[in-house]
Order: sequence, then structure tokens, then C-alpha cells
Amino acid sequence: MDRLDQLTQIHLDVLKEIGNIGAGNAATALSELLNKKIDMSIPYIKIVDFNELIDLVGGPERLIVAVFLRIQGDAPGSMFFILSPEEADTLVQQLTGDNHFQTTLMEDNPLAYSALSEVGNILSGSYLSSLSDFTTLNLQPTVPTLVIDMAAAILMEGLVEISQESDYAIMIDTMIEEGENGGTQVKGHFFLLPDPESFAKIFRALGVQNQ
Amino acid sequence: MITSTIVKVGIADVKVANAPHLLKTSGLGSCVGVVIYDLKLKVAGLAHIMLPDSTASKRENRNGMKYADTGIDLLLELLIKQGVNKHSLKAKLAGGAHMFAFRSDNQMLRIGERNVEAVILKLNQLNIPILAQDVGGNKGRTIEFDPDTGLLSIKTVNSEMKCI
Repeated sequence: MDRLDQLTQIHLDVLKEIGNIGAGNAATALSELLNKKIDMSIPYIKIVDFNELIDLVGGPERLIVAVFLRIQGDAPGSMFFILSPEEADTLVQQLTGDNHFQTTLMEDNPLAYSALSEVGNILSGSYLSSLSDFTTLNLQPTVPTLVIDMAAAILMEGLVEISQESDYAIMIDTMIEEGENGGTQVKGHFFLLPDPESFAKIFRALGVQNQ
Repeated sequence: MITSTIVKVGIADVKVANAPHLLKTSGLGSCVGVVIYDLKLKVAGLAHIMLPDSTASKRENRNGMKYADTGIDLLLELLIKQGVNKHSLKAKLAGGAHMFAFRSDNQMLRIGERNVEAVILKLNQLNIPILAQDVGGNKGRTIEFDPDTGLLSIKTVNSEMKCI
């Protein structure tokens, strides 16, 4: 699977299913943490160049809160859990019961920083472990890092491995959000970006033949 | 009267501009923004470099603007087409941050630092003096260059804009 135009509908469906299973598991974990109903979107598979990827998150200078980890093992890749600062505020407020919490002032609040990192760990870990079970591939996460900064600055450093070999990335985007109405809602996006050489391994593990 | 416009340079992109227009690239993390300019002619070019070395890639058909070595060559070519004098060129650079604390153990993970090293090496090979730089750290940067004054302004999240 060296070329993106070789992807067929079956391949795209397999990638969607990966997003479904991973984010579904993460949504369950978040639901248990917050004791609330959490919904997830239908995954989008997008084949984007780097500038398009940045535009999808609101432009290069957009301030985002991101938990980033590298996936190591059989099918390496990068994974981000991305929230807007407002979404991160809501999430931490619900977790800690501190209604004054603001992400932008996080450097003064180590407890909140730690809470947000831990949620990122739990959610990305549950995404990845279900993915590993589903594909029977050996996938290990690096320690996730929480960063709050400009979107392009964060995303591009996470894409260094992919950019070595490609000018495009295949992104599996799934959104999870609080299911109940009223007030500000918790939501966030999972971006899974397998390295170019990982696609063939993922498809093979799931019994889909490469043309 | 010509109104000043901002020429935006994307990721792995190279552009040139004349005064009164400005050059801008946003959200530099481990990437490096390199400006080469001729203050007499008030012409400048900006390259948004992602990776240090084009020869490390196994693939053909890659985008040369992505790498320090080939990207700076492309930038210089564009400037020479604008009629700059090679000997009056100067350079300024910014970026090469280290956004993720944990990624420090292998070569891939020092990418910001390696980008800066590669850019400086390339500029030295071309005998283009570097007049100012703002590199490293762990913050994203947005930079804007004014070919009229030769000043590079740098914006980071939660801190004052600075000019070099």
C-alpha cells in the first residue's frame, strides 16, 4: 500500500471500522469517568496534505489542547486527542468539580494539568488497546504528552515520521461528545495517523488483500 | 499607492515578496522559518522547512521545499530570479522548537534542533550571513518578515511579540 490512490472502498471501510472501535472504547471509558452518556460520531477518513490537515483543526495559529502519543510496534503511527481550550475547560471542570478552571492558565494549576493529561492517557490508551485487540497487532503507546499551543506547531512535530516518506497523511477522525443536552458539552477529536508503511500491515492483519 | 498585503507561506512552502508586502508563516513548531533577503532591493523570501535532509528519504517525487538543503536552494533560485545580488543577501531564522517533552531519546525526536543545524549549515555553505535567530524552546511561533525594514517579528502563545 504505497500509493493512496490504491485504496478501495473496502480499505476505507476497514479504516472507518478502526475509528469506530477505538473511539467507541474511548467513549465508554470517558462515560465511566464522568458518569455521563458519551456519543461518538461516524469516523471520517481523510487523505490530506499537511496544510489541509492544519486547516481541518482551524488553521495553523489556532490554539489547541492536544494529547499526543506515538504508536510503536507492528504498525507505527501517531495519535492525537484534540480539544479546543473551551472544551478542555469543560472537561476538567467536570472531572475536578472546579468551575473556575481555565486551560490557558494551566501553568498555575498543576492539578488540572495532571487531570487533563490523565484523561488523555486513559482515552488514548483505551482507543489503542481496542485497536490492538481488533487487529491482533502488537501496538504500544509511548507516554502521552499534553501540549497547549498553536495547531500547526503541535501537529507537524507529531507528523515528522510520516513526512519523511510522504506529503500526505491518511487521517482517521472520530469525535466523541457528551450525549445529553444543556450547558457546555465535553467533546474532543481523535486523530489516528498511521505511518505510510503501516497500512499494508493493518489491512493484512484484518484479512483485506492489497491489490 | 500600493497597499501592503501579507504573503502567506504554508508548511513545506517557499515564497518571495517585495516591499511593501510582508511574508508570514504560522505555527512553526519543530519546523524552521528561514528568511533570506536583500535589503537594498527590498526583496525577501521565506521557506518553511520541515525536515533537515532530503537525502534521508527513499522516495522520488518528493516536495523539495520540505527539506533544509533543497528548500533553501529553491528559495535562493526564486530570489535570483528577482534580480538580487547574491553577495548582499542576509538571513534570519526562527523555529526549531521541541514541542513534546518526552521525545528526546532518538534522532527523530530532536527534529527541531536538527532542522536548525541543517539550515545553519546550508546557509554557511552558501556564504549567506545569519544576522539574527530565535530558535529552540518549547513554544510554537508565528513569524512575519518586512522586506522594507529587514525586521522579523515573532509571536508565541501567551507572550509579547518580539522583533529580531
